[in-house]
Amino acid sequence: MNSRIIIVNVIRWFLLLFVQIFLLKNMGFYDLSTPFIYVLFLLLLPFGIPNILLYGLAFATGLTLDAFYDTMGVHATACVVLAFVRISFISISLNRDAIDDPEPSLSYMGFQWFSLYAFLCVITHHLVLFFLETFRLTEIGYTLMRCGLSCIFTLLIILLVEFIFYRRTPR
Amino acid sequence: MRNLWIFISRYNAFFLFIIFFTIGIYLTVKNNAYQRSVTLNSSNEVVGTAYERLNVFKRYLNLGMVNDSLAAENAKLKTRLLGLTTVDSAKDVKVIDTVTNQQYSYLAAKVVKNSITLRNNVMTINKGTVDGIKSGMAVIAPQKGVVGFIRDVSAHLATIQSLLHKDTRISVVLKKNNALGSLVWGDGNFDIKKALIKGVPNHIKMQVGDTVVTSGFASFPAGILVGRITKPNVATNDNFLSGELNLFTDFSTLQYVYVVKDKLADEQKALESLAKPNE
Repeated sequence: MNSRIIIVNVIRWFLLLFVQIFLLKNMGFYDLSTPFIYVLFLLLLPFGIPNILLYGLAFATGLTLDAFYDTMGVHATACVVLAFVRISFISISLNRDAIDDPEPSLSYMGFQWFSLYAFLCVITHHLVLFFLETFRLTEIGYTLMRCGLSCIFTLLIILLVEFIFYRRTPR
Repeated sequence: MRNLWIFISRYNAFFLFIIFFTIGIYLTVKNNAYQRSVTLNSSNEVVGTAYERLNVFKRYLNLGMVNDSLAAENAKLKTRLLGLTTVDSAKDVKVIDTVTNQQYSYLAAKVVKNSITLRNNVMTINKGTVDGIKSGMAVIAPQKGVVGFIRDVSAHLATIQSLLHKDTRISVVLKKNNALGSLVWGDGNFDIKKALIKGVPNHIKMQVGDTVVTSGFASFPAGILVGRITKPNVATNDNFLSGELNLFTDFSTLQYVYVVKDKLADEQKALESLAKPNE
């Protein structure tokens, strides 16, 4: 069971980063909307993961992305923020003792919870990402527009992926 | 200490977040040329702005000193200018140095006490015998206009009998035709902006807007602007005309004045005293 989770996550990591770097990196609508699907990996890490490991993984994933995007530290920071939001949201919305689902995916948690969870994580990630990339407040309107449009794009793809790999499980 | 550990481990998510976030920001700023330049520039900007503010205050504190030096320099330049314009080249002497040949030189002085509300107004300046000031020297205003005469002198200060005084009379002419008159103040009108030109011969027709300048017959150099006629040809009961004029000098805001040193004053006085009173 445990090793299966690890293998699944490793495969997911490689797959998502592969898609992100070799496919989605070249996509974008007028430089306004760029999807960052790799955050799905961080969203789908199992509930029982220790905080430090989560942060470490988030940071490492971000750094890997940075290496390919030539933006040292930007994605890493955004991923760390995402990890923080994930931990906070889970601890607020779910009773820690009552969690018996392995991971916070659409199949286990239902559409409503998952979409809110994904939305909050993705929007904070994108906000940090774009503001670190712009690094000034003078173009705030443009930055916010890029952030919002990219967020919509990313969420669409995340939900799409989740629905494609939807496993009907007894709840 | 134990409580601290409990506290930290309970909120480990937050503390870990702080640590990783700091590392991320550090990496971002350190490794990206653009972000680094923005950070450096904005911090430089903050420092620069702070220094600029400080400089503004410093400049304000130094304003007095700067003003003094500017006035002194102005006086020096005006003196040189006079040297260029008032040299008497028709003299039958060998001219060695044209600068030393000039008759007048200006000395800047700061007004330390001013009065404009009395019938007879006297002001005080911060230059005295040490600076070569003598009683009777003419005093003019920085831009244009006359101020008065030096009255009493101490070592470092001097008083000016201003134009706003019943005993002050300044020899003036109408610029357009050199008609001689005498400038007085306070003859029935105590407006500090107005003065009277008296003793203009009857056949001279003054007009509104005529410029009045000093004659150069007394201690004032010739051609110092005094004012502009506003009410011409006021008939008096003697054989002369009077006129009211607007003074160029604003006595209420006077801060600096120029004392006019006349090199030939003593000589002129000595020479003129040879004439017998009832000749």
